[in-house]
Amino acid sequence: MKKRLFIIPLLLLFAVTFSSCSESGSHSRGVYMLLDTSGTYAQELGKAQSIINYLLGTLNPGDSLAVGRIDTASFSEKDIVAKVTFDNRPSVANGQKRSFKEKIDQFVASVKPSQYTDIAGGVLQAVEYLNETGAGNKHILIFSDLEQDLVKGYVRDFTIQMDGIDVVALNVTKLRSDNVDPRKYLERLDEWKGRVEKGGGSFRVINDLERLDALLTN
Amino acid sequence: MIPNYLMIVPESVGLSVLIIIGGIICVFLLLYFGRIPAHRAIKTISYSVRNGMRMTAKSVLLAEKWLVQRNREVLLAAGKEAVERTIEREFHRVNSVVKRDLSGYPELQRMIADQIVNIEEDYRESSEVLPPAPDWVKAVDAVAKISTRSDSTIVRILESIHKTVNDQFKAAMQAYRQSMTERHGLLSKMTPYWRKLAATLEKVGRTITGLQERATVIDKKMEEYEAIRSGADEAERVLTSSSLTQFFISGFVLLIATGGAIINFNLIALPMSEMVGGGSYIGAFQTSHVAALVIILVELAMGLYLMESLRITKLFPIIGSMDDKLRIKMLWITFLILLILAGVESALAFMRDMIAMDMQALRQTLANSEVIRPANSWIPTVGQMVMGFILPFALTFVAIPLESFIHSFRTVMGVVLVLVLRWLAFILRLIGNIVLNLGNLTINLYDFLIVPFLWIENLMQKKPKAEKLHSQEESA
Repeated sequence: MKKRLFIIPLLLLFAVTFSSCSESGSHSRGVYMLLDTSGTYAQELGKAQSIINYLLGTLNPGDSLAVGRIDTASFSEKDIVAKVTFDNRPSVANGQKRSFKEKIDQFVASVKPSQYTDIAGGVLQAVEYLNETGAGNKHILIFSDLEQDLVKGYVRDFTIQMDGIDVVALNVTKLRSDNVDPRKYLERLDEWKGRVEKGGGSFRVINDLERLDALLTN
Repeated sequence: MIPNYLMIVPESVGLSVLIIIGGIICVFLLLYFGRIPAHRAIKTISYSVRNGMRMTAKSVLLAEKWLVQRNREVLLAAGKEAVERTIEREFHRVNSVVKRDLSGYPELQRMIADQIVNIEEDYRESSEVLPPAPDWVKAVDAVAKISTRSDSTIVRILESIHKTVNDQFKAAMQAYRQSMTERHGLLSKMTPYWRKLAATLEKVGRTITGLQERATVIDKKMEEYEAIRSGADEAERVLTSSSLTQFFISGFVLLIATGGAIINFNLIALPMSEMVGGGSYIGAFQTSHVAALVIILVELAMGLYLMESLRITKLFPIIGSMDDKLRIKMLWITFLILLILAGVESALAFMRDMIAMDMQALRQTLANSEVIRPANSWIPTVGQMVMGFILPFALTFVAIPLESFIHSFRTVMGVVLVLVLRWLAFILRLIGNIVLNLGNLTINLYDFLIVPFLWIENLMQKKPKAEKLHSQEESA
């Protein structure tokens, strides 16, 4: 009887240990970066490259990273430039990071500007990807001026469910028209903030790319 | 004008003021008529609180007394055990000295006796033997008295005798000299025996001196032991002071050891992620960190067992009381495990350096700068490997300060608890007295509020007395 009493807490301890072992997903991070390749904004991709390099240096084994482009119709797997879930072993993860960097370098060198800008489609694609990774902390980084320009007939004016997703708008440049009427710029930011928060996510803007250390903090 | 909140009857200041004054008078009247029960209530509350506090303080002081007694018992028991251990060790040393040096004493004695016999023999042999008594001296005298002038034959005979005697004298002298030389030879042969004998005696003397020193130490410790056994206050004071010193010294050494353990942890945490994965977690902690911590804790545990097996520490009496064969087996097993763990740590330290270099190269690639290999990069690698190998063994010695810390912690905690209890008793008494005085103060304040009524009451009581006195005077 005494032996049995001793075994019960031991089993409980094992159960707790193993259940907590499977928790790895809740600690991992999933990052999806959207690159705006429309019009003149495509020229800004050099900055995006340094942000991706920063992410590659920051993310740990077990984390996931994907880079997708924003073009005329962004809600497509074809728009994912590169994606990876880093191996648990740091040495293998380092190799994956090198390979990822090469892919991005090739993409930036060969990218052609698109006619239209489907940001919402890209965000939808990012949400799908992040939900699939099962990461505990999900981040969508939008490298764009946030000016959406859809092809006629494309429907994007609906609420995108993004519970627990942190959306960060990066390098939101001011357009020529924004200079004439700054309210347009603020309206753009407010509109996206409203859309994200309505979907259950949080929205931030980082225009100073020197402050990248705040990029993945919730 | 009166404030709005005092306007009981709106738009009628006079009525409001009248009601307020009436209310105040009513309250004071109530206070006056309820004076005695109120006084009793305040007194009861304050006395109850004071008595409660006093009783609690008394209980706390009783607990403190019990704790002091218990601390004393524990301290004396610990001191007794420590002195017993020292005496035991001293006896072991004496035993080993006796075994080593005096076990060969019969042999030594035989050797000394042999040497003495040799010396005696040599001495006897070297003693001078008197030459035999000259029996022929009388014959020589008789021959010397013979007249040599008349007879040439006698002269020839005498000359022949003279020559023979001379030859015999020379032969005797030569024999005597030879025997003298032999005696000197024998005496010089005695010298090494003397020296050897002197050296042997010196060695015996040294051993005896060492034993005398040990005996002095044992005597001293026995005195301490007697003092502890008799429960002398002086012994208790010495033991308490010694415990406090031990507590701080061992605490300081444990802090140093903690620093070593942290360095050790940092050395193996990163490469462990290569083994158990860098992305898995146990609770809020990375599995690799937990694994590194477990390795260090296992090393510490092995170190403890090793020290126990060596009988340096006595944290686990079951190990100390093991059969010697089993204990030595355990000693070797724990040492082997430690050696393997040290090897593993060394390999992990090497792997850490490789991973760190790879990460550095990756960062340089990501920064689009040229990958630069540091010069003499093998030096930190070797340094880390050596550290990884040595630290587990260094951590083994943590067992010694840990044992001191645990033993002295009990005493220090006891002393601290006694102090806390004394302070608690003091505070409880203080609170009790404050409450009692507050009760008295409240009674006085109460009376102060109804001073006019009390004054009237006083007057009323004095008047009948005065009238009574007056009537008594008149009747007289």
